[in-house]
Amino acid sequence: MADKKEFVCIRCPLGCGITVETSDGEIKSITGNTCPRGADYVTGELTDPRRTVTSLVRVRGGEMPVVSVKTAADIPKDKIFDCIRELKGIELSPPVHMGDVILEDVCGTGVNVVATADVR
Amino acid sequence: MKKDLVIIGGGPAGLAAAAAAREAGVEDLVVLERDQRLGGILNQCIHNGFGLHTFKEELTGPEYAGRYIEKAAALGISCRLNTMVVDLAAEGSVKKVTVMNREEGLYEIRARAVILAMGCRERPRGALNIPGYRPAGIYTAGTAQRYVNMEGRMPGREVVVLGSGDIGLIMARRMTLEGAKVKLVAELMPYSGGLKRNIVQCLDDFGIPLKLSHTVVDIKGKERVESVTVAQVDEDSKPIPGTEEEVACDTLLLSCGLIPENELSESLGTAMNPATGGPLVDESLETDREGVFACGNVLHVHDLVDYVSEEAASAGRNAAAYLQGRLAEKGREIPIRAENGVRYTVPASIDIGRMGETQTVRFRVSGMFRDAAVEVACGGQVLKHIDRRVLAPGEMEQIILKKSELEKTAQAGDPKEISVCVRT
Repeated sequence: MADKKEFVCIRCPLGCGITVETSDGEIKSITGNTCPRGADYVTGELTDPRRTVTSLVRVRGGEMPVVSVKTAADIPKDKIFDCIRELKGIELSPPVHMGDVILEDVCGTGVNVVATADVR
Repeated sequence: MKKDLVIIGGGPAGLAAAAAAREAGVEDLVVLERDQRLGGILNQCIHNGFGLHTFKEELTGPEYAGRYIEKAAALGISCRLNTMVVDLAAEGSVKKVTVMNREEGLYEIRARAVILAMGCRERPRGALNIPGYRPAGIYTAGTAQRYVNMEGRMPGREVVVLGSGDIGLIMARRMTLEGAKVKLVAELMPYSGGLKRNIVQCLDDFGIPLKLSHTVVDIKGKERVESVTVAQVDEDSKPIPGTEEEVACDTLLLSCGLIPENELSESLGTAMNPATGGPLVDESLETDREGVFACGNVLHVHDLVDYVSEEAASAGRNAAAYLQGRLAEKGREIPIRAENGVRYTVPASIDIGRMGETQTVRFRVSGMFRDAAVEVACGGQVLKHIDRRVLAPGEMEQIILKKSELEKTAQAGDPKEISVCVRT
């Protein structure tokens, strides 16, 4: 099935509008990009879009009621909300240190979630 | 109390300035911070994307702040928390810093030099003239960010964001991840003031519509926001009748620009730049008050914190040079004129005798330009002509001027000014 998708490249401030034509999931043409990084970006976005997820985890009895966390690496984009849901179920006790692993292998991605702040 | 150097503000600018001053040999310095922790606004910016230039890796706000807090601690820099500067005045070359905190009450620090690093504030609803009632549920994006990220509270469930500044975009994503429905982001201008990557990763990723050339013309609800009316605007930013659309929501977030926080600079009487809302500074980031330097968002609103740190370090080194008698006396300042598409420059003037081998000049443009060039001229000569595919108001620009180039033009004649403009 032929399909056409539009992207805005974020690799530099130029922000090229890039059109990708696919057929049965295979990339047929990439147009609108001014450099190879644009093609690289849309290929990644089409085949395996990934994001770093940042959120919060509850802390009971600390100086702050929450601690900020992030995925230590990018995870698949379609796992963002699952990741947030898994984090909602966690409650920590102080102290929490920046870099502490809060959750291992979030949503089976092989990526850990780590604290990005200290809570005493 | 006497101090060689007082740094007002313990955010990214204050911390980088303090570290650089200490590394340049200033022993007797103190950082004054009114919050209970160092790091400033970075503490509530839990998203990633900080530090790509400085550390060559992507950090979250608290992590970026953490690097500088650790550095300040390692350098043994004294930082006073919960301490607010309430007045700043000059008595000859002595700067009188009036300070207040719970333990010591009101006291005065007599400083030989001061670095202004107070940051900026969000433009509030009162400054936007939105008609309608004044119910609960209207927040600046940064206030909402503090509620969600620091206090773990949700300000609302159905959200409209007015203004597409970076904090608004970041909060649209943040509220969505926390389970709210963000209905749309309305932007008065025909382009966004935010970074491109934020539009893609905060709005497009979650299917949140960005309505350019739109604004909020009415707010309904008496106790709590019940809906807002969004309308399209014409080239003069006037709402077009007949384009109104009522959007049900319980929360309106405002992300309509940042204003440098300069009450203290003004009480000192420093000359201000109306284009930035910050003090006018020379190549040494020194204001027109001797020994008073400025850096970070109090000077002009930055897009990336990496540039704040870089600029602040430079202010710290210059303050050290001033205190150690290494900063040359002010000589002939050549004003930099921002024209034709360039809104302002920092610094606003250059003294060739005082400048380093190179001088970074930062600026913002006033509109979107494609296939344009940035041109720097001095004494009738074009010093630089840099082709740029795109120039956007949301992104800070910089050019680097060489001392050797400026000396050459100065020898040829006495230049009245340096001009920076956009050529299309």
